[in-house]
Amino acid sequence: MDRTHHRPPSGFSRRDFLRGSGAVAAAGAIVSQTQAIAQEAKGTRILSGEQTLALSVNGKDVKVKAEPRTTLLEVLRYQLDLTGAKPVSGDASSGASTVMIDGKPVSASVELAVRCVGKKIETVESLAKDAVPAAFVACDAQQCGFCTPGFVVATRAFLNKNPKATEEEVRKGLNGNICRCGTYANVIHAALMVVKGGANG
Amino acid sequence: MKSFAYASPTTEGEALSLLAEPGEIEILAGGTDLVGLMKKMIITPDLVVNILDIPSLKTIEQLDNGAIAIGAAVTLDEVLAHPYLDPYPAIGQAIEGISSMQLQCQGTIGGEVLQRPQCWYFRGGRGLLAAGGSAVEDGDSRYHAIFGNDGAAKFVSASRIAPALIALNATARVIGPVATGGSPVGLNGEDASERFFPIEQLFRIPRHEGERESVLARGEFLTHIILPDRRNFASATYEVRQGAGPDFPLAAAAASLRIEGGIVREGEIVLGQVAPTPWISRAAVAALIGQPVNEQTAEAAGLAAVTAARPLSHNAYKVQLAKTAVKRAILRAAGQETGGF
Repeated sequence: MDRTHHRPPSGFSRRDFLRGSGAVAAAGAIVSQTQAIAQEAKGTRILSGEQTLALSVNGKDVKVKAEPRTTLLEVLRYQLDLTGAKPVSGDASSGASTVMIDGKPVSASVELAVRCVGKKIETVESLAKDAVPAAFVACDAQQCGFCTPGFVVATRAFLNKNPKATEEEVRKGLNGNICRCGTYANVIHAALMVVKGGANG
Repeated sequence: MKSFAYASPTTEGEALSLLAEPGEIEILAGGTDLVGLMKKMIITPDLVVNILDIPSLKTIEQLDNGAIAIGAAVTLDEVLAHPYLDPYPAIGQAIEGISSMQLQCQGTIGGEVLQRPQCWYFRGGRGLLAAGGSAVEDGDSRYHAIFGNDGAAKFVSASRIAPALIALNATARVIGPVATGGSPVGLNGEDASERFFPIEQLFRIPRHEGERESVLARGEFLTHIILPDRRNFASATYEVRQGAGPDFPLAAAAASLRIEGGIVREGEIVLGQVAPTPWISRAAVAALIGQPVNEQTAEAAGLAAVTAARPLSHNAYKVQLAKTAVKRAILRAAGQETGGF
């Protein structure tokens, strides 16, 4: 098979392909870019040891102490007493630590707290009056309950993006959460109940 | 986790100078693989360099020649939703296969491609080659390699998307110190270089413990994946999994085919989860060239793909699954899907 296309086409440079501009225009961009590199490289902060981080959690500005290795989940549970998100797999395979960061569902167990500065963090505790937990109660969508907070946040994040989801789409959307009791059927019912207007709908 | 220092550069150049720092360094993208491995102390860096604050790594751009440059730090959900990728269903199908919304939102395409291998001995702390391969040979090899396993490496390359990217002839853009042999970039060219190469060349089979499964040298990192214009190719990914849950496939294949007048004129077929690297099957393509796509020709290509397979003691079943993955990827690419998930 012809592999010559792997060579960058003539005039193809970093700025060129990123901006789709011509080679001449790109040359000017390279000059300014590389001068910036030299200055900024010396200015990059390397953090080590405990830091004070300003976070936005459930609409409140909070200050926490964290080392670079501290996960968001550890900060939420052990400093902010927000114990809804759970440590289960520790490697993002269970979904039990799901929170929303800037509206997206993520596993707090594999996110470093130091990366969350300036982001909007929402945990299950922010959903106390939401239709999703009400539907979980109405549908008896928990057994031991350990996976439930992760499922509730995942369901909210999924329905925000897919408010008219079908059963098939709900099943697919909640695939990142595991329930060891196997109460999936009622979780799906709960999500579909919210689609149809909620427990009080 | 072992304590580490942390830095979050905002330009590629800044990242490069951080990667020149002493000690063991890991690049952190989505973190869905790396953070778990650091918790288990399988990976114990001194410095972690976050690349999610580098704007140039977070864009999907169409180039003048119709190619698409995807920044390494673009998250999988963004790749999945981007209209530029619509002509390349093999990529979207691979991302959908990952099937966890959280992993899709958090994981990046660069991190997905460069995630560490799947092998329970490696992830259990026995080393990537697991005692020179003997841990696997004497142990449980049910999820291990059926190709490229004659050396000590028995693990399987974990990337779900790499087979599709290779099948679509993607190029990697890697930047690093000038000593790595790339073309100088910019004014201070002595300090930085970039190189472009077929993305399959990112992967290698390590021969001794301490050698990684990627060719990236110290100080280098993947910044972009560039897809050439392949809109005249049909493509698909097919994964054989135990269930619909978020687990790694047992075998997978990606196909890209240029079909004209009902006949396959050229293409590329790449298997996943069967070897320590994504596994290109020239034999499968050769079996298809000049043929129409149907059950029989797809089956023959699948058979050709696995003729050279050498299963270990517990994974002969994967040969059949790999054959089926190839067959169904071909049929799916040609719009003749026959079921499964």
